[in-house]
Amino acid sequence: MNAHSAPHPIVAGPAPDHPGRPAFIAFEDAAITYGRGDKAVQALAPTSLKIAEGDFVALVGPSGCGKSTILKMVGELLAPTSGHVFVAGREIGATPIRIGMAYQNPTLLPWLTVRDNVMLPLKIVPPFRQQFRAKRRGEFRDRVEALLAQVGLGGFGDKYPWQLSGGMMQRANLCRALIHDPDLLLLDEPFGALDQFTREELWAIMQDLWLSKRLTVLLVTHDLKEAAYLANRICVMSARPGRILDDSPVALARPRTIEMTFAPDFVALNQRLRALIVGARGGTGIVSGHR
Amino acid sequence: MDHLKETLRDNAAPVALIAGVFAVWELACLVFGISDILLPRPSQIVAALVKYWPAIWPHTWQTLYTTLVGFGLGVVIGLLLGILIGSSRLAFRTAYPLLVGFSSIPKVAVVPIFVLWYGAGTVPAILTAMIICIFPIVVNVATGIATVEPELEDVMRTLKASRWDILWTVSLPRAMPYFFAALKVAITLAFVGSVVAETVASNRGIGNMMMIASSSFNVPLVFAGLFVLAGLGVALYLVFSLIEYRVTGWATRRSDLAAG
Repeated sequence: MNAHSAPHPIVAGPAPDHPGRPAFIAFEDAAITYGRGDKAVQALAPTSLKIAEGDFVALVGPSGCGKSTILKMVGELLAPTSGHVFVAGREIGATPIRIGMAYQNPTLLPWLTVRDNVMLPLKIVPPFRQQFRAKRRGEFRDRVEALLAQVGLGGFGDKYPWQLSGGMMQRANLCRALIHDPDLLLLDEPFGALDQFTREELWAIMQDLWLSKRLTVLLVTHDLKEAAYLANRICVMSARPGRILDDSPVALARPRTIEMTFAPDFVALNQRLRALIVGARGGTGIVSGHR
Repeated sequence: MDHLKETLRDNAAPVALIAGVFAVWELACLVFGISDILLPRPSQIVAALVKYWPAIWPHTWQTLYTTLVGFGLGVVIGLLLGILIGSSRLAFRTAYPLLVGFSSIPKVAVVPIFVLWYGAGTVPAILTAMIICIFPIVVNVATGIATVEPELEDVMRTLKASRWDILWTVSLPRAMPYFFAALKVAITLAFVGSVVAETVASNRGIGNMMMIASSSFNVPLVFAGLFVLAGLGVALYLVFSLIEYRVTGWATRRSDLAAG
């Protein structure tokens, strides 16, 4: 609760809430409770959160704290048991926006080529869906090729997913989440299963994509470095029942580089976030052997 | 040329085994002087096949016809039920016990009921072939559909895909390897169903022919009937393997798909 009393090594830029602009995503005391009566478990305590259009927000916190729950509510996969969630000014379930989503598991369809996998949302989401039937396939093909090239997968369109490395699959997964020009991108630990170097490569790609499209992104991650590298704003959540403990802007200049992650202010930010999460888990953060 | 050599080498062992089995069978019958009333030699069986072929042919046609019609109906019903049960956890839990109970009834036992309803002949054979192949198809298709990754379903739902979209673009293609595995089991089972029905109550078909042949102690003809059934079964199995190979090559990560 005393989040803002901690020293902010990097404080500049806008305040988390933009009072002048209507929030693109707004949680109003939204809470999730599973089960009923005595067995009821509160997964997410009443949470209020506002995210501006075009912002890049990271959610970090201990496992099982309800980060993914928040993501699922924004993605209209889950309705709050109490309170409200508004996206683009409308209560979820009735929002007219387009959403892209990418999980840690790339879930590419093994019977389709990379190109057809990336094209999948165009076959489903209007207005592309209708255009697809109107034989604009060739146009869509070029569109897919361009996006694939942007993430460094140019020339891989004809491959099957199982012929790609984990990092390449995740790039294709990102492309699938972005091909239909979503207003909102939801990322649930998309780089979690990758090795360090591939992950850093994908951070750079993700940042380029965001800088070129400026869509609203909500990223759930365990990796504090990833959150600080990519996001404009980091929300730290407590252990279950989850609530937002801290909400800090990250005022590093863009485009950010891996070198910047070794700078003292970046490291200080990481350490502060880490201390918050360790506190949220109820631990001391000290490995017993070091006593 | 190399390709031919490779094909020969790959198939040499199974062909040698089949030839070996028949050779041992033939020799054993000769050496131990086994009467053809008990176990005819392969050469006698082939001779019977040739000799009685004009009589065997219509029966073969009848068995193939009842099997394929029953199998076709079973596939359609099994696929629909599988989709229904696989798409909804409630439907799965509701229908599964009944399905298991239904499938554990020995199919021979239902033939008299079909005869009671439709009289002896073609219809009971078709129906027996049908019900015997429904169960493996339902279970496999339902499993294929029910095991779609939840993450993928989330991705589809955030795209506001309809149930039909999800079924058509994700669940059904995903269930295809399961479906074809079931088809290969089902086609051989369908023969069991139709032949059993013909044996019990029909005046046509290979099953009936074998019954008549055995009652007149024409044992080579009985075995000729078995050969015909084995031949039909293998032929249809091959047909479905071929279709499977072309449709679901992705499941085995086939390298010739990769050429793109």
